[in-house]
Amino acid sequence: MGVDSKPGSQSLAPVPSGTDQDALLKAVTDEIQDRGFVVAQLDKVVNWARTGSLWPLTFGLACCAVEMMHAYMARYDLDRFGIVPRPSPRQSDVIIVAGTLTNKMAPAFRRVYDQMAEPRYVISMGSCANGGGYYHYSYSVVRGCDRVVPVDIYVPGCPPTAEALLYGILQLQKKIRRTGTLFR
Amino acid sequence: MSQALNEIAELASLKLSQEITSFEILNGELIFHARRDAICKVLTFLRDDANCHFKVLVDVCGADYPNREERFDVVYNLLSMSHNLRARVKVTTDEDTPVPSVTGVFSSANWFERETWDLYGIYFNEHPDLRRIMTDYGFEGHPLRKDFPLTGYVELRYDDEQKRVVYEPVKLTQDFRSFDFLSPWEGLQGVLPGDEKAEGNA
Repeated sequence: MGVDSKPGSQSLAPVPSGTDQDALLKAVTDEIQDRGFVVAQLDKVVNWARTGSLWPLTFGLACCAVEMMHAYMARYDLDRFGIVPRPSPRQSDVIIVAGTLTNKMAPAFRRVYDQMAEPRYVISMGSCANGGGYYHYSYSVVRGCDRVVPVDIYVPGCPPTAEALLYGILQLQKKIRRTGTLFR
Repeated sequence: MSQALNEIAELASLKLSQEITSFEILNGELIFHARRDAICKVLTFLRDDANCHFKVLVDVCGADYPNREERFDVVYNLLSMSHNLRARVKVTTDEDTPVPSVTGVFSSANWFERETWDLYGIYFNEHPDLRRIMTDYGFEGHPLRKDFPLTGYVELRYDDEQKRVVYEPVKLTQDFRSFDFLSPWEGLQGVLPGDEKAEGNA
């Protein structure tokens, strides 16, 4: 949370549940009841908001998409991280490139990326998106989607498990949380 | 199954003795070899004759045999739902000779022939809309030909200055390697350096 009860502390990690967290929450609640407002650092509140509602564009290109669907389903349930798949690039914050990016798809993919609002992030999922993978020497496949868009997180695997993708998303949240700027 | 196929093959080659040059049954699969200019007639017969009823054209594909005089095969895969049988018709052609389009006989042939044109460069006469279907817009060459290099000729990246995707000649940092996967004990034929001494003065 962006709330910082002790002015000196600059720790970015979330406070684990326990007596420390209880004390912090109590301090915040007391402050709200006492004065009606709390003071927090804007960049931390912004980062908290960004990490808490990463809306990914559904961009399944190949078999990795199935594993991405698994990540959305009940077992790993990305909804509980505030990760809700969006059908439109204009509503999304992150694009998960799940599958083989072919030459024919690349201009369309770039256009979709350009339509996303800032700040935008890219997760490259699977061997094919990372560097061409199995199709590295093919005449029709882009050798890594980082030739077309800047990539934030690479998730290795062929295909990566739903768990691996989840880990990649958590890594992206970590990356966002440690940025100190409002604009990328 | 094989009996029924045999009967159909005999019947068809008897009725169309001019058009069907030969037939064979390989691994229980019936293959007709037909004359290129008569392919429409052969397929119409196989579709309409009561003993055949091959009403579904499952696929049209090509095959490349670079050493042959007429290097390409065009293969028509047929299915008879009523008799539960399958048949295959093959015609040969080369780069320049067009094959008559069978879109008038089977409408499903439209996209199949486009695909065959795209990947092999086999030209189909009187096709209503013969353009590429699989490869990239503006793609050059026919990638399933044996003389087409695996990696092709162009690769693609986004150019930050032009703000668009640009094509460039292929530049590989590591060449494609063909592994033989032979065990070093079984597969190694030559003499290891140093071994010739042991052989000589044993």
